Amino acid sequence: MSKEIQNAAPIGRLYGFLLVFLLCSVALIARAVNLQVTETEFLQGQGEARFMRELEVPTRRGNIVDRSGEPLAVSTPVDSVWVNPGEFLEAPENIAPLAAVLKSDAEEMERHLNQRSGKGFVWLRRRLHPDVAAAIEALDLPGVYLQKEYRRFYPAGEVAAHIIGFTNIDDVGQEGLELTYNDWLQGKPGLMRVIKDRLGRTVEHSEVLREAEHGHDLNLTIDRRLQYLAYRELKQTVLKHGASSGSVVLLDIATGEILAMVNQPSYNPNQPSSDSEGLRNRAVTDVFEPGSVMKTFSIAAALEAGIVTPTTPIDTTPGTITVSGHTISDHQNYGLIDVTGIITKSSNVGATKLALQMEPEQLWSVYDRFGFGEVTGSGFPGESAGVLRNYRHWRRVEQATLSYGYGVSVTVLQLAEAFAAIADEGRLRRPSLVQGANNPAVSIMDPKYAHEVAAMLETVTGERGTGKAARVGNYRVSGKTGTSRKASAAGYASRYVATFAGFAPSTNPRLVAIVTINDPSAGEYYGGLVAAPLFSTVMGGALRLLNIAPDNYTQVVAQSAVPASTPIGDIDGGAD
Amino acid sequence: MNTRLLIVVLTLAAVIISALGVVYTRHQSRQLDVQLGELENQRDDVIAEWSRLQLEQAWLGDAGNIESAARDHLGMGTPANIRILVVQP
Repeated sequence: MSKEIQNAAPIGRLYGFLLVFLLCSVALIARAVNLQVTETEFLQGQGEARFMRELEVPTRRGNIVDRSGEPLAVSTPVDSVWVNPGEFLEAPENIAPLAAVLKSDAEEMERHLNQRSGKGFVWLRRRLHPDVAAAIEALDLPGVYLQKEYRRFYPAGEVAAHIIGFTNIDDVGQEGLELTYNDWLQGKPGLMRVIKDRLGRTVEHSEVLREAEHGHDLNLTIDRRLQYLAYRELKQTVLKHGASSGSVVLLDIATGEILAMVNQPSYNPNQPSSDSEGLRNRAVTDVFEPGSVMKTFSIAAALEAGIVTPTTPIDTTPGTITVSGHTISDHQNYGLIDVTGIITKSSNVGATKLALQMEPEQLWSVYDRFGFGEVTGSGFPGESAGVLRNYRHWRRVEQATLSYGYGVSVTVLQLAEAFAAIADEGRLRRPSLVQGANNPAVSIMDPKYAHEVAAMLETVTGERGTGKAARVGNYRVSGKTGTSRKASAAGYASRYVATFAGFAPSTNPRLVAIVTINDPSAGEYYGGLVAAPLFSTVMGGALRLLNIAPDNYTQVVAQSAVPASTPIGDIDGGAD
Repeated sequence: MNTRLLIVVLTLAAVIISALGVVYTRHQSRQLDVQLGELENQRDDVIAEWSRLQLEQAWLGDAGNIESAARDHLGMGTPANIRILVVQP
């Protein structure tokens, strides 16, 4: 072997090793770049996933309060119990004590849990009574956990049930304003990133990903006292007359705010049942043919059309009139009366005669402007628009019946809106349920005609009117009675709707109240006998509670002249 | 030479102090975090208590309860119109 060859071999080896090392370091650098630059996001994410957790920040559902801040719906935390079946069923002897505390059947519970043994989370009972929750906590069984949840309570109960509605088990609104304003009340749960240790304890709050937006409170225009008063009186009236249902709406004329809206039958929102009869807020979802109450607006149309004045004489003899083969009749023959008398006596013949002198469009236009046939926009779910056919499709007899409230369907709330417009010199306001609503008044009629109609309405509670029972002691009251037969598949059945619509005090109207009673079956069914007394008690109570000054002092003087020893009750001002 | 040594020593000291500072503030932040958690729990408890009290008050102040108490236990009632004298302003 030559020396050269001996030397050449190590040098070759040296270069060989150098190359190997170079390749190694290139590989390392490449890997480092790969890890640090290319895949850093994925790796960091994976690393953080081992200890970073995203935690939802729960929100509380906002309260619903009345106009003076009294709570109508409040959420309060309660405990719900859930189990991890696998963990819990390891010790079957624990089933009996847990079932005993929950007052449920142990075998049933075991079967229930065995069917779900593959799951890690099974609700056992939600929204426990605090005592039961405390007992479960005291048992301290493995695999049994308590979870805080919010439960909704409705302190006003059935009195405000239709307006407020209720939420389901997951705190989502199902009916009423709970449904309409669900997003506003609910808020948005926040999201927070936290660092947790091996045992699941939160070690550090790393960052807030989304700020929790708590549920907002909802301020209603409802007055809880008036709501209660109206509900109590309505319930009594419905019972007394054997009626199937009824509604009362009380409206503040100056603002269009709904002060009370009650219906019968009702339900307990704290334990809602699936019985749909009681669930409906009839005052806005149900329509009915209003009957004579509509004469208020057909007479307004006649005045506006310029064909009559309040004192124009109208001959209603012989108490019947035939239009296109249909006979329209009055309760009795009223003979020669004036236009005011049509309202006072509620003459169908008189209203028909006026309606037939008008162009159909003139009558339709007034009904339309007063809001009939379109939703009031109160924001209530399922609100009905009612039915008002276009005048182009009217037949002659329809034009006649429309003048006294048949062939048109309305809701109680629509009537309230329309009567408020008559009381407020022809200014129409959309009724509102939530405070701060923007409902500007729209002038829909010359104040002169509105005044004239309002004056006619006052005669209804006068000596010869049909609505004497609607009088309120010390106040002047205006209104109109209505008794309509219900339409059924076989024409008009002998089932009735008794209505009274009115406002007080007449000199400076402040409140409108509409009362309807469906199917009074205890003998009396006239609006003046069934609905008017209810109007009187509700309106009387509301005027007193709201401190509205009396405007009828002559009656006061006459009364105080009676000796105080006269038995109470004989001359009770409200109903006679 | 002396100045360079001084600079090194000073920087070293500054590094140690700031390191201790980091440890201290880290510890403090964890402690405050725990405190915040406690206070938040306390707040939630107080809110829960408030909602319960509101409910209780609403139930006690329920017009129906007040009315039945006034009518049945205290023998109160609405005076008949004849007993009311309205004074004209």
